[in-house]
Amino acid sequence: MRRINKSTRWVWAMAAIGSICAMPAGWAAAPPEAASCAACHGADGMGNAAAGYPRLAGLPKQYLADQLRYFADGTRQNAVMAGMAKPLTAAQIDALAAYYAGMKPKGGSAPAPSAAVAAAGERLARRGDWDKGIPACIRCHGPGAVGVGENFPPLVGQSAAYIEAQIKAWKDGSRRGDPLGMMHTVALRMSDTQTQDVAQWLAAQPLTLKPSTAAKH
Amino acid sequence: MKRHPTALALVLLSSGLLQAAAHAADAPSAPPKAEINAAVGTGATFTPPPESSIPDDEFGKMIKLGRDIMLDTPKYAKAYVGNTLSCVNCHTDAGRMAGSAPLWAAYVNYPAYRSKNKKVNTYEERIQGCFMYSQNGKAPPLGSETLVALESYSYWLAKGLPTDEKVAGRGYPDVAEPAQSPDYVRGQKVYDAKCAVCHGADGQGQYVGGETVFPPLWGDKSFNWGAGMGSYKNAAKFIYANMPYGMSYSLTPQEAWDVAYFMDAHERPQDPRWQGSVAATRAKFHDTKFSLYGIRVNGKLLGDTGAPKKR
Repeated sequence: MRRINKSTRWVWAMAAIGSICAMPAGWAAAPPEAASCAACHGADGMGNAAAGYPRLAGLPKQYLADQLRYFADGTRQNAVMAGMAKPLTAAQIDALAAYYAGMKPKGGSAPAPSAAVAAAGERLARRGDWDKGIPACIRCHGPGAVGVGENFPPLVGQSAAYIEAQIKAWKDGSRRGDPLGMMHTVALRMSDTQTQDVAQWLAAQPLTLKPSTAAKH
Repeated sequence: MKRHPTALALVLLSSGLLQAAAHAADAPSAPPKAEINAAVGTGATFTPPPESSIPDDEFGKMIKLGRDIMLDTPKYAKAYVGNTLSCVNCHTDAGRMAGSAPLWAAYVNYPAYRSKNKKVNTYEERIQGCFMYSQNGKAPPLGSETLVALESYSYWLAKGLPTDEKVAGRGYPDVAEPAQSPDYVRGQKVYDAKCAVCHGADGQGQYVGGETVFPPLWGDKSFNWGAGMGSYKNAAKFIYANMPYGMSYSLTPQEAWDVAYFMDAHERPQDPRWQGSVAATRAKFHDTKFSLYGIRVNGKLLGDTGAPKKR
């Protein structure tokens, strides 16, 4: 074994302290309200696929804060989340959004669906179905559906059950607050089969984008 | 028409409904009325073959390369691209969509005379123009794999179309003349409300992992002054039929004209046909009210950025 001298140990100790200091602000001080969130969304913020509770870890801060406000004012209808969100102050919403936005997503993906479902789902996610007016998911949610900016959350890392429920909620209007009504518009054009296919394919995708060979700028 | 009490009741009822609808429109997410895609209203009847029918042979490989170039131009035609745009940004669904400058309609209309360069252009030469202007790059040589792939893909898409005839769905459909002259300030309002969520408040688009998600609309990484989109009439037609994404024909024609004017009133890479001065370049290539090149907007002379950068 390599001998670790005193000065090396010192460097390691400083590096460890440094890495704690470098953690996102939210990690250093989890807001007390996050304890309620963790019961369903997990201590790691990755949700609960079986129950359909979504991943929060690493979602855009603005998006998370918007959703809490929408739950509170009924723009996004959900009895449980309305109860959770209504008592929150603006500062608490901000702190929770920052906390979960700063969390690094981790974990695996759902198993791949059958070949037929995977092919149909992948086609929809990558190319859309323009005859029906359905744009590809990746055109707004980014390559690998890993999310873009503050308004287009990652779709990967969410369970098929959650994705399917959201598309249906956009469709029936029980979820609103999407910029320009884009998701409502798209969801109205999607069949139940398309919704299930794309949800299952997305749920089986890796959490992060593979290094791209595309030109850097 | 004979007035009828029931009809009157219906009118009253429907005015109530209209009020309810107007109220719903105040909700933050009430979606505007949109058509399902750009093809609606173009009268297009042609459907290109499904991608699943691309042959599994050498020719099929070339067709697929053409499709891939359309979808990710900076990756698949890297040597000829000088910005971060892809063909698909202006040719929806990899060039399949009517009303979004579909390749099948263009293919059967070449060779053709073009006033842009005052000669008969082959299809390959037409695509060279896309690379020089819209992609702010350089022309792939005639016979190069890039052009062969795009021509193969276009030929395959056009299966069954007669040549040299007007094809419904070609280019971008006409948009009604604006009631008021297109205007920068009104255009900026449309931009902020309808476009900035994707293209960014600064028009510079959004990227993920080095890949373009939402293309930059002006500036160094966008199309140059020689591109067709630099005509705000052409841009208005494209925008009206295709933007916001997935919400075709949801803007009013006035909004489309205003926001097209706003987009084209920003600086972008120099026209590669530079004639040594802005005035001379405007006189030779931009002598139309639909080009703002060489025009002073908000106190700034557009195009006054010197000779084009060497690439």
